[in-house]
Order: sequence, then structure tokens, then C-alpha cells
Amino acid sequence: MGATIARLAQRPNLWPWLLLAPLALYLAIFFLVPLADVAIMSVTEPKLSLANYERVLTGTLYQRVFFNTFLTAGLVTLACLLVGYPLAYLMNHSSQRTAMLILLLVTMSFWTSFLVRTYAWMVLLGNNGPVIGLLRAVGFETTPQLLFTRFSSTLAMVHILAPYMIMNIYSVMRKIDPVLIRSAESLGARGFSLFRHIYLPLTAPGIANGCVLVFVICLGFYVTPVLLGSPREQMIAGLIGTQIEEFLAFGMGSAMAMILLAVTLAILAIYHRRFGLDKLWG
Amino acid sequence: MTSYLQIDGVTKKFGDFTALEKVDLSVRKGEFVTFLGPSGSGKTTTLMIIAGFEKATHGDVLIEGRSISRLAPHERNIGIVFQNYALFPHKTAAENVYFPLQMRSIARSAGLRKAQEMLSLVGLEGMGGRYPKELSGGQQQRVALARALVFEPSLLLLDEPLGALDKNLREQMQIEIKRIQRTLGVTTIFVTHDQSEAMSMSDRIVVFEKGRIEQAATPLDIYHRPATRFVAGFVGESNLVPAEIKDAGGVAESAALGACDFEPAEPVSPGDNVTLLIRPEHIRLSRKPIEGRKNVSMHVDTIVNYGDNSLVIGRVGDLQMRVRVLGADVVIIKEGEDCCVSWLPESVYAIPAA
Ligand SMILES: Nc1ncnc2c1ncn2[C@@H]1O[C@H](COP(=O)(O)OP(=O)(O)OP(=O)(O)O)[C@@H](O)[C@H]1O
Ligand SMILES: [Mg+2]
Repeated sequence: MGATIARLAQRPNLWPWLLLAPLALYLAIFFLVPLADVAIMSVTEPKLSLANYERVLTGTLYQRVFFNTFLTAGLVTLACLLVGYPLAYLMNHSSQRTAMLILLLVTMSFWTSFLVRTYAWMVLLGNNGPVIGLLRAVGFETTPQLLFTRFSSTLAMVHILAPYMIMNIYSVMRKIDPVLIRSAESLGARGFSLFRHIYLPLTAPGIANGCVLVFVICLGFYVTPVLLGSPREQMIAGLIGTQIEEFLAFGMGSAMAMILLAVTLAILAIYHRRFGLDKLWG
Repeated sequence: MTSYLQIDGVTKKFGDFTALEKVDLSVRKGEFVTFLGPSGSGKTTTLMIIAGFEKATHGDVLIEGRSISRLAPHERNIGIVFQNYALFPHKTAAENVYFPLQMRSIARSAGLRKAQEMLSLVGLEGMGGRYPKELSGGQQQRVALARALVFEPSLLLLDEPLGALDKNLREQMQIEIKRIQRTLGVTTIFVTHDQSEAMSMSDRIVVFEKGRIEQAATPLDIYHRPATRFVAGFVGESNLVPAEIKDAGGVAESAALGACDFEPAEPVSPGDNVTLLIRPEHIRLSRKPIEGRKNVSMHVDTIVNYGDNSLVIGRVGDLQMRVRVLGADVVIIKEGEDCCVSWLPESVYAIPAA
């Protein structure tokens, strides 16, 4: 043993691998093995065939759920962008103290368990909650259903995912050389044209990062849509859960999971070819 | 002198700190003016006030007699080249140059054609399609210059545009910038702290020190008739000798040199304190005194050889003197020896005490 270590020590290029070994082992046991299991189940349950994939890809119910998942992820991404961009801009263009305050507020919600945040939305938007109460108080006779709709699940997901968008855009904005903006001004640009021709393109990498991240996380979101969303507008992760927990249809659930994984990897691959995956985390 | 750009009593304070104090300057149309001065002397601040990115605490800036102090930077029609070029990384060279035209609502096809013409003028024919990161430092510099000139600005400001280039490229760009400036006749202010650059390029040099203008004059006047001791010391190499006027006709006396003849450029009177300036290249080194020149004996401490010339540093009494000699002439002496140094009265310039 001692001799082995001594030999290894003479080959320093092996050390990083040795240090990575526990992590690699962990990933292999708790990630790759179950993933392989899911992949195998998707083509063997209940019998060896591609029938599960065929049903998922052709069945109208599944198509609708997939469509709904993409629509929701798209809406959430768009909403995160619309909320996040101005906030990131504000952070970048206010005094040090204000920026710190916004950062604190943004990251504070980031560090709260999202289960807690999800329940908080249930309380806020529920039929006896303050929002409905306010609507009644200002004179609405019939109040709209807020909870268990696409609105409530989208709102909660935006709340949860907006920090990813904000941090990504902010980190890019912070790196923009102010001299570029001055130079644009001296060349005659101002206001909206300055924003459209210079500022927006310069922040585009941050927008792309944020959008990909939010979209991809959103595709696989489980808890929030299940607890807050409309049962008629299920998302794919929720459907997988139902398949496995209620119908014990392991094959169908696995096939859907594999398709979701493939779509996610495809998006990341496209992003990687365009921008480089290493930039995704800022 | 009809002035085109007029800086009128401009003072700039950052909190308690006074970055510029009562700066007055007037620039003629088409003139090439260089701001020269040590770091922190207020060159960039002055430029930024002209460009509109900083507001003067007091004073005014006028172009053709009209105040521009209230105009925002984008309304001033002033072209600026920043030290790090500040090219837009997401636009090609041609799109960068087209940008100011685009902001002036000039159609894309006509604008891009004009941009290409401008790129040809700065020697970048056929490179319009490249992105800034695909261009060398010198090429980026040229794009920045083309972009600052393409919209026919009323003024061109360059803030140490050559600072990041190596020596050869620098000299090449100095000539290039001069050529383009002459071709277009644009009034130009060029900031540098490289004095030889200032000497070779400018119609006029403005020497800054601690937020004030020490002198604004032609390169030759700056060199041969510096207004202050600071200018004499900052521009070129110099021997500066404190002295007192003995005769208004041109005799001054100093402790180290004794009585010393000079040709007064400005009226002086006996008893005035002055600083005598003798440039090292105006001093001759010899074994024996030379007739018709002021001769003193010098002890040689150090000889620095530069190949085509040498710098001889020695002492005349307590006074340190620097002498420039051509390569061949230096062989007559060695370090540690005594020799004779001499100069003509017209090589001595008396700087009045402030
Ligand atoms: N925004 C600012 N706030 C406070 N002080 C400033 C500011 N801008 C410049 N100064 C100060 O004003 C003085 C003049 O600065 P300026 O940038 O004009 O110098 P400069 O002559 O361009 O020097 P350099 O050759 O180093 O570029 C400096 O002492 C600088 O620290
Ligand atoms: Mg400067």
C-alpha cells in the first residue's frame, strides 16, 4: 500500500484522477446505474420492445403533455427574462449599496427551499388568501380562480427561476466596458438606439445563458407544477410521476424520462455548439 | 488668431480635489494640438469635458463661438479615439465604421460604401468583413480612427491612441495619423505623455502640469524657449542652472559656472532670478578650451554609450552636467578624467523665475 502511494506520488499527473475517484464512483453508483436502469426499463417493461416509445410519441395525451411542458417552459423563460433583465440592469447601474440590496433580495429567495416557496404561493393565492381577499375588498363579485391554474404554477416557477436569469445577465452586464458605451454616445447613439444596437447585443450572451438554463430546468420541474398547476395541464415530470406512482407503468414512465433527457441534451448540445457549455454557469 | 475651439476658464473639481484649474486654450481650425504632461496632470479630464462626458465646475467650451457646454455627448459631433480602441466586438470593422452613419439615419448601402472608403483611407482595404478580435492592435487602431472620422466630426480627440502599440508600429501610426489628419483637415487634439511623439506630430503642444497649462506653443518654442522650469525639464534632456542677471544685455552669474553670456529672448533686468537652460546636445566636449565659447572644466563621472551617441554625466563644481556627444567624439575621454565643456551664448536660454 505504502509502496503504491509512493509510486503514484512519482507520477503527479495521476493525482487529479485519484482525487476525482470518489466523486466518479458516487456518480456511477447513484446516477449512471439508475439511469441505465431507466433506459433498460423503457424498452423491457412490460416486454422487450419499443412499444413504450411508440405510444409516448404518437398518443395524443402524451403529445399534449409534451406541448404543454414546452409552452410552460417557454412562458416561464420569457417571464423570467422580462423580470430579470430590468432587475439586472438596475443592479448594474445603481449605487453599490442598492446593488447589494437587490442582490441580497434576489439570492435570499434563491436560498429558501423551493418547497417552502411553493407552499407560500399556495397560501398567497388560495381562495382564502390575501390576493383573493384584496380583489374582494376592491369590489370584485366573482373572483378568478388563481390557484391550480397555469397562472399560479408559472408565477411560482418564475419566482423560483428568475435568480438564474438575473445572475447570468448581471454577470455579463458587469463585464461590459463603460468606454464602449461612451464611445457609442460620442458616435451619436442615445436612448433606445444605443440600447438596441450596442447594449442589447453586448448582453446577448447573458440572455442566452439565462434562457437556456431556465428553460432546461423548467422542462424537468416536478414539485411546483404538481402542487400549484392545473391538473388538466400536466407537465411531463408530473405525468412521469403519475405513471409510476399510480399506474405502476414503469416502462411508460421510463420512456418519457428518456425522451425528456434526450430533448434536454439536444438543447444543451445546440447551445454548446453556438456558445460553449462552459459559459453556462457564468 | 481666429479660434475654432475655445476653452474658457475651465475648472474641474472632483470633490475637494481640483483636477483642472482655470484652463484657457484656443485652437485654430485644422490645427493639430497635442496635450502633453505627466500622469494625472488633467489631459484626459480636459478631453472628457470637451467631449461632454464630464461637466466643468466652472468655465465654458465653445466651438465657432457657440457654447457646447449644454449639449449631450451625442449632440456634439465630436469623434473620439480611446486608448483601448473601444470597437464594438459584435460588429465587423465595416459595421463599426458605419455605426455613426447609421445613428445619423444614413441608408445601409450608402453608409457601408462610405465606411469602406474610410477604411481604404486608413489602409484597411478589404478588411471590412473582419471582427475586431480578428484584427491586430494597429489594425483595430485604424478602424477606431476611421470610425471617429467617417461622420465628418467638427473635432477629433485622441486619448493616447498609440499607448498600446510597440515602437515600430507606433512610429508608423504617427505618420499615418498625421497624413490622414492633413488629408481631411480636421481639427485634432491628441493626448500623449510621449514627448517625442508630441514633437514630431504637432502644430502646437500644450504642456499640462497639476491641472494647469504650463505652456502652449509650437514644438520648437517648447523645446528652445520653455516658459517654465517644469517645461524645460519635462521636454527633452536639460541642464538647468539657477542664476542671477548681472547685465540686461545678456550676462547671468551662477555659483557653479561663474559669469555666463546668453542672448536674452525676453527683456530682463539686473538682479532677476532666472534658470539657465543648456541642452546637452549643445555642449561640446574637448581636451582644451575652445576660442569664442564659454568654457568650464568638468570631472567625468559616467559615460553611457548608446551606439550612435553617448551621454556623458559629470560635475562642474557642485553642479551636475549632462553632455550629449556623437559616437566618435566620446573616445577622447574616460570616466574619472577631467575635461573641458563649452557652449555658445545663443545656446543658453534664460527662463524667468515664476
Ligand atoms: N472621476 C474622478 N474622480 C476623482 N478624481 C478623478 C476622476 N477623474 C480623474 N480624476 C483625477 O484627476 C486628475 C487628472 O486626471 P486625468 O485622467 O485627467 O489625468 P491624465 O493627465 O489624463 O493622466 P494620464 O496620463 O495618467 O492618463 C488625476 O489626479 C485623477 O486622479
Ligand atoms: Mg489620461
